[in-house]
Amino acid sequence: MDFSPTEDRRMIGDSLRRYLAEQYPIEHRNKVAYDGEFHDPAKWAELAELGILGALVSEDDGGFGGAGFDITTVFEEMGRAICPEPMLGNLMALRLYAAHGQAERIEAIIAGAEKAAFAFDESDAFGDLDEIAVKVEGDTLTGRKTVVYGGNSADFLLVAARSATGALGLYEVAANDAEVLPYAMIDGAGAAEIILDKTKARCIAEDARASIEAALDAGRVALCAEAVGAMDVIKVMTKDYLMQRQQFGRPIALFQALQHRLVDFSIEIEQARSITIHAAAKLDSGDPKARALAVAQAKNLIGRAGKLVAEEAVQMHGGIGMTWEYAGSHYAKRLIMIDHQLGDTEDQLRTAMSLSDISEPA
Amino acid sequence: MDLNFTPEEEAFRQEVRDFLKDKLSEELATKVRNGRDLNRADMEGWHATLNSRGWLAPGWPVEHGGTTWDSVQMHIFEEECARANAPRTVPFGLGMLGPVLIKFGTEEQKATILPRILSGEDWWCQGYSEPGAGSDLASLKTRAIRDGDDYIINGQKTWTTLGQFANKIFCLVRTSTEGKRQEGISFILVDLDTPGIEMRPIKLIEGGFEVNEVFFTDVRVPAANMVGEENMGWTIAKYLLGHERTNIAGVGASSEALSQLKALARKVKRKGKPLAQDPIFAARIAEVEIDLEAMRMTNLRMLSGVADAQGSVSSMLKIKGTVIRQAINDLSRRALGALAAPFPSEDVIGNYAIAPAEAASNAANYFNNRKLSIFGGSNEIQRNIIAKETFGA
Repeated sequence: MDFSPTEDRRMIGDSLRRYLAEQYPIEHRNKVAYDGEFHDPAKWAELAELGILGALVSEDDGGFGGAGFDITTVFEEMGRAICPEPMLGNLMALRLYAAHGQAERIEAIIAGAEKAAFAFDESDAFGDLDEIAVKVEGDTLTGRKTVVYGGNSADFLLVAARSATGALGLYEVAANDAEVLPYAMIDGAGAAEIILDKTKARCIAEDARASIEAALDAGRVALCAEAVGAMDVIKVMTKDYLMQRQQFGRPIALFQALQHRLVDFSIEIEQARSITIHAAAKLDSGDPKARALAVAQAKNLIGRAGKLVAEEAVQMHGGIGMTWEYAGSHYAKRLIMIDHQLGDTEDQLRTAMSLSDISEPA
Repeated sequence: MDLNFTPEEEAFRQEVRDFLKDKLSEELATKVRNGRDLNRADMEGWHATLNSRGWLAPGWPVEHGGTTWDSVQMHIFEEECARANAPRTVPFGLGMLGPVLIKFGTEEQKATILPRILSGEDWWCQGYSEPGAGSDLASLKTRAIRDGDDYIINGQKTWTTLGQFANKIFCLVRTSTEGKRQEGISFILVDLDTPGIEMRPIKLIEGGFEVNEVFFTDVRVPAANMVGEENMGWTIAKYLLGHERTNIAGVGASSEALSQLKALARKVKRKGKPLAQDPIFAARIAEVEIDLEAMRMTNLRMLSGVADAQGSVSSMLKIKGTVIRQAINDLSRRALGALAAPFPSEDVIGNYAIAPAEAASNAANYFNNRKLSIFGGSNEIQRNIIAKETFGA
């Protein structure tokens, strides 16, 4: 067994960490995350140049990575910088394009020339593929997709839609052909509502259920890794603050009640890191059920740990932790809102309960 | 033991309900229910409505414009106002400075200041915390130095809630650096129009503006503005902090938030069924409901004067009350799932609502209400108070 990253992954992680530390400091991050386009096209182009998008795709599909550990390497760094760029939407789109042999599109996304997003959630059916109601009529789609991550900046939207046969298919819509309503999310970065009204669409696959589930699981692992990166940073910020903040004539880090709380959440961060590694390994297992169980377990634990860490970090910072100006508040928001993406703690618990052997007969 | 309200108390409840039904506009109640920011006119309007009924400062003595209500009536009033989604009154004049002046003020201070609090002519804010003096309030450094008939104030206050609307501030200032730190603090009233004062807004985690920093540079204040004797400020502050905590359990507000949570859980769907029918989520709601039910009783026990350990009961209620409220906020955010994501000002894009209107601010309110366990003496400080009482040191 070897838990150390390969040389290639170490290099991509290091170069991404350096790049984001230099080019995406918190002031720039907050400006991009909440204002204007919620995305910085120049920085996106540089990320593509660094090979970050290529790292998310296997060699067979035109990239040079694509394994679970490649995803976690990239997203842990995204989390350390709480980078608002639409990496999640493009990751899921790349997985779907790869699953259905769309080499041309993959090449363009890896090069940074095009961006895509995956539109699956609907307001009456979020997190539930069975309830998807956007319908296919001939070569058009009609309906609405909600909170599409990266939908604000995508050139192409991959839309999960239902055909007359009831099959869940995958269709590509040019963003220019749809009504796209962009907005900022409460923790920063962009999303969009997508309104489709007999909108022209290209069929990628008439039955894409399996590839959609796999892409969502890849997205969940990415979010877990992002949370681990963000938790590592907020832990250091909290520790530093406790050591620096003086009350009652001493650094508050000397109060044992606070020491224990920081220790408790540090333990949860290690648990979160471990289960993310486990899920990343299962992502490549070729066993959809084992993959889905491991991913649900990971995202459940991440949801719980993220909430503990975010809330405790804010509390231990006192009023400072409540301010927009303090970077930690944005890390806390990101950690809380990760739980709202691709199924929350309870959703993952339901999945874990149904896939584990808990309820098998005695 | 009889846990029922008396017929007189029930009649009082009905009187409060009738008043709220008659005087609280649907528009304002909706704004409160939906967790939207209230503007100055909203707050001033409700203040005037309560004042015209004589219910603005129920805890004050009648001769100063208060009521004869006992603590159970106060509780009923709070509960009904929360249930009707009435705005909470701004506490700095009514709940804090008023009681301080009634206890420690001169006759002249009472006669000039109290009526102006009720009329709304003066909007008071609080100058307590400083960047270096939060939980350790006694370490405050803002100096007031006597100069003839005036004091000259230099220093900085922070976390001044709704200071942007205020024209007056009451401050704790250091008038002596000798002896124990607590014995060199005074309580003084300052007109915010005085030259040398600058107020700067602090943007909060969820993007809202409700607290401020206040800077004092050579601010000249008449010595007559001091409340109580010089260096008596700590006694006043302790009295005031006790007052601040009497309704901090927020039973009424949490009850209303819980019923809104249940309504939301019945409305939103997971896996094709109402979320309220999901056993996992229903269990989470049931747990917080149990905690709230217990706290309702604890609160009533304290109000009835039965509960012992007077000092630490209010600390206990502050801890439990804020934790329960935050747990309800947490579930109210979670109930929205993916739809909680939009920035609160963007919950409706064009003609397309994303989350239900009454819940669109749930995530923002969750983040904002993390303050509950920090302000008014953080929950850690409350634990210290209980521990000190328990162990006697």
